[in-house]
Amino acid sequence: MIRKFTCAVVSGALLFSIHATAQDNTTQQYLDTLAALGFPAPKENELVHIPPTLDDLEDADLHPELKRVIRRGHDLFTNTQQLRDEHVFNNMNCSSCHLGDGRMPFSAPIWAAAVTLPDFRGKNAHVNNLEERIAGCFTYSMNGKPPEYGSDNMVALSAYHHWLARGVTMYPQQPIYGRGFPPPDRPENLSYARGKAAFVEKCSICHGASGDGLRIDDQTVFPATWGDMSNNWGAGLVRIFTAAGFIKNNMPLGQPRSLDDQEAWDIAYYMSSQERPQDPRYTGDVQETLEQTREAFHKHSMYGQARESDGHILGDHDNLGGKPFLKPDTVRPRTFE
Amino acid sequence: MDAKRRKSTVRKIPIILLTLGLAAYSGLTLAEVAGDSERGAAAAVTCNACHQADGSGKNIPGGESWPRLAGLNAAYIAKQLQDYKSGTRTNASMMPFASMLDEQQIADVAAYYAGLPATPGSGGESADQSMLDRGKQLARRGDWSEYIVSCASCHGPDNRGAGAVFPGIAGQHAGYIKAQLQAWQEGTRNNDPQDLMGSIARRMSDEDMHAVAVWLANQNSAAN
Repeated sequence: MIRKFTCAVVSGALLFSIHATAQDNTTQQYLDTLAALGFPAPKENELVHIPPTLDDLEDADLHPELKRVIRRGHDLFTNTQQLRDEHVFNNMNCSSCHLGDGRMPFSAPIWAAAVTLPDFRGKNAHVNNLEERIAGCFTYSMNGKPPEYGSDNMVALSAYHHWLARGVTMYPQQPIYGRGFPPPDRPENLSYARGKAAFVEKCSICHGASGDGLRIDDQTVFPATWGDMSNNWGAGLVRIFTAAGFIKNNMPLGQPRSLDDQEAWDIAYYMSSQERPQDPRYTGDVQETLEQTREAFHKHSMYGQARESDGHILGDHDNLGGKPFLKPDTVRPRTFE
Repeated sequence: MDAKRRKSTVRKIPIILLTLGLAAYSGLTLAEVAGDSERGAAAAVTCNACHQADGSGKNIPGGESWPRLAGLNAAYIAKQLQDYKSGTRTNASMMPFASMLDEQQIADVAAYYAGLPATPGSGGESADQSMLDRGKQLARRGDWSEYIVSCASCHGPDNRGAGAVFPGIAGQHAGYIKAQLQAWQEGTRNNDPQDLMGSIARRMSDEDMHAVAVWLANQNSAAN
């Protein structure tokens, strides 16, 4: 569970320490698996948490109704397409980006949000709670309309986040191991041509050379990497460093850490140089939108810039993808005046 | 684009479109030879000794199981035959037969088997519940503590296949699935793109391979 646990219980009850040792062994095996794949070992002061699984949920001492709601949250997380055309307007599932059902380090493990929020968020410059953070994913990554705060769907998703955070201290003071999509060091030069070649060679077998991904029977097998059915221009993954971190640590599926840093960054640069649905923060003018969002966000993306290959100004369009509106009404400033 | 692709995976459309469409989608460098299932039926007579007239193959406990071909994706079958022929997939039984087929006959045979109704898998009938539970977990959710991604994440909804590259494995014979996973683990099969299957198989225990094979064998084989 938590690595420092062992030390904490050395002087504790015997029963407790046996339990902690078993947990510690599980954690060590997990870390060994990750190390064998080339993931870095945790730093001395980092908080390591291996989230519980659905099997653990069955064994947990929780109210049956809570278990039902957590299972529902897991189901929504891994099959978010069941909310298609209501809350989701592209081909994404939550688990398309948060691999291993949201449990994996280096794949933006979602339990971290449950223990660090409410917190100030630079992207919208106010304090966000967990529901608002989840709403952000629906607004941008799912190119959609978030479920209402406090709705069944929102409570189920929140409960699943909290369940995965079981046992972790709120507002932990240690840095979290594998939080987010930690990017490799940025190489000196990024190349569209190299990125394209690497995408075709390493990614297109699943995502298609045109980035459309693959759907079968209205289910997403491989998500779209750009285009109408992908995340919109406001999603975190359009930031090149975030995409590079995702790719390096998670792709190709089953082969994390197999691409070199240059490849991961070039592919990220190439992906961020493709079109996708408009940013919900769009004012009607791409340069004005860029000005308003540059510092907190788009300075890391290609939005509003000329594409290296053909000079096309990225994001200069009114295309909303599969969505009949630009901006869900949940995207608004919050004040505490 | 999406609608087009969905249509291309519908079972009933002519095999020729299926083959061409999926080959084009997957970016494979398959020769664009249209298969004719009637000619394929004639050419497949020699295959029937093992793969059976209905394409159901045979699960042979302790022996070399012969895979079900009925209802598999035509482009996938064609690719395997080409690989046997070129030696990028090796099997002592298959090599001489694949070598007898020319490009056209490969496409024909593939179209023929792809057009046959899928038959059920066997070999999972007597598996115990804990083995089946483990197999179900691996097939549908994976085991990320071992970094084993689920079968379904590439083989598609209900593991019934995704395009020309990722074959349907639900309802395939347990003996065949297990043997293939072992072959990938040992490196004696490596004709998968980018080592996608090999890298996962190498992280699976013998028990994992058995578990997933028996569970998949018990599933509905109807192709997507």
